[in-house]
Amino acid sequence: MLNIKDVLYTQDMIDKRHLDIRTITMGISLLDCMHEEVNICAQKIYDKITRRAENLVKVGQEIEWEFGIPIVNKRISVTPIAIVGNSCNTDSYVPLAIAMDKAAKECGVNFIGGFSALVQKGCTKGDWILMDSIPEAMKVTERVCSSVNVGSTKAGINMDAVAKMGQIIKQTAHLTADDDGLGCAKLVVFANAVEDNPFMAGAFHGVGEPECALNVGVSGPGVVYHALQSVKGQPFDVVAETIKKTAFRITRMGQIVGVEASKRLDVPFGIVDLSLAPTPAVGDSVARILEEMGLEVCGTHGTTAALALLNDAVKKGGVMASNHVGGLSGAFIPVSEDEGMIAAAEAGVLQLDKLEAMTCVCSVGLDMIAVPGDTPAETISAIIADEAAIGMVNTKTTAVRIIPAPGKVVGDRVEMGGLLGSAPVMPVHSQSSADFIARGGRIPAPLQSLKN
Amino acid sequence: MKAVVTVVGKDRVGIIAAVCTHLAKLQINVLDISQTVMEGYFTMMMVVDTSASTLPLAELAQRMEEAGKEMNLSIRLQREDIFDAMHRV
Repeated sequence: MLNIKDVLYTQDMIDKRHLDIRTITMGISLLDCMHEEVNICAQKIYDKITRRAENLVKVGQEIEWEFGIPIVNKRISVTPIAIVGNSCNTDSYVPLAIAMDKAAKECGVNFIGGFSALVQKGCTKGDWILMDSIPEAMKVTERVCSSVNVGSTKAGINMDAVAKMGQIIKQTAHLTADDDGLGCAKLVVFANAVEDNPFMAGAFHGVGEPECALNVGVSGPGVVYHALQSVKGQPFDVVAETIKKTAFRITRMGQIVGVEASKRLDVPFGIVDLSLAPTPAVGDSVARILEEMGLEVCGTHGTTAALALLNDAVKKGGVMASNHVGGLSGAFIPVSEDEGMIAAAEAGVLQLDKLEAMTCVCSVGLDMIAVPGDTPAETISAIIADEAAIGMVNTKTTAVRIIPAPGKVVGDRVEMGGLLGSAPVMPVHSQSSADFIARGGRIPAPLQSLKN
Repeated sequence: MKAVVTVVGKDRVGIIAAVCTHLAKLQINVLDISQTVMEGYFTMMMVVDTSASTLPLAELAQRMEEAGKEMNLSIRLQREDIFDAMHRV
């Protein structure tokens, strides 16, 4: 029998602790949209997305009312466009990005992911065209997100692509300079990218996925933070247990919403991504959870250990609550999207090197970090290489979403607006990595890849 | 379909009567009520059956929320299974 305390507790989590479904993301295969004429391919992409996702937003809103739980974002991910675009006789995939953007607007979703290429072992003609199209695509579209996977545990790291992406990020920043390089906030470079990630900017619908699938991303840093306030000073065993119980509840909510949405949309339910995704709102911060464990400011010594515990406990609590767990599943540490991270970075406590260490134990990587506008492309490539190496060796997903904000220097602030937040410009090492990046080639896959 | 109605507001005469009148107008049947006053606030949870209503649940939830605003109360109608999912293993 239901008890009034449980009901009020749930409502309190939603009203005061920012508990929500962060996203329901419909993955749509575009493999049947190939055509040698790029404009026909674009039309097929638009038609398929708008047909498949026609009711996504409507159903999302109905479910929000019925369960009384906000579903903050309704989104779409598609087959990596480099694969689809390979069929076209063209030297630019910008028309395909425009078709995606138009379709996203028609469906009422705020982001569409999949302007992507998977190049961990090497690039096809389409992969090069896609990468070259990114800066322009990020400039002319509003809702399209792009990602490039440059490394994996199985394949090693494609250093030619790493070098290329450093330049692409710089060009994207340059072309969107009027918005402080906002285009770079929609562009992520991965190692070990997952095919069913519902979160932007890195979502795409992998080729191993079905025709269409619905993936759900839950969130709730505020709920975890609040729960930890009740166990102040107690040993880490208690901390871990408290996080697990909270993560279980959050994930169950994602599971029930996902199953209901997939039933109504007549689309198979994919996975729940058990991620703690912060927002810039006060009380919805991952950094503040780490600080609640006893750190004066996020980024000081002990931060990596605190994050390791958090990340692991979230997974352990969530995994029993859902029949299919996937995506990135862990704690996100996007600097600009997390009020506590912003404060820690502005105080100079949270630095790039510490963030890099933190990415060894959390779900993704260097996320939403603003660096000086004059940072060389090679330095950005080297940052990507470091992250990819961490992902490759630890058999985990890592990513870099970095904004070399044009004209900005350390101490300035970059305003992204909305959920993207604002990022203090952080210093990078001024010593050159140019000769390292100029080598090109491929870093061989590590011994960890030989599991057969 | 079973749903949970929660009503929270400053305690005064006639809250239950007013809420029940609204539910009756919407053809919602009350199955169970538990109620308490916490820190001066009237707090009530009702388990209801909406199957006799012709309106979709999302619409019922919106109507009850609006009714609550008129009465200076916070009223929510939510599907019951969300609470079961979150609080039962």
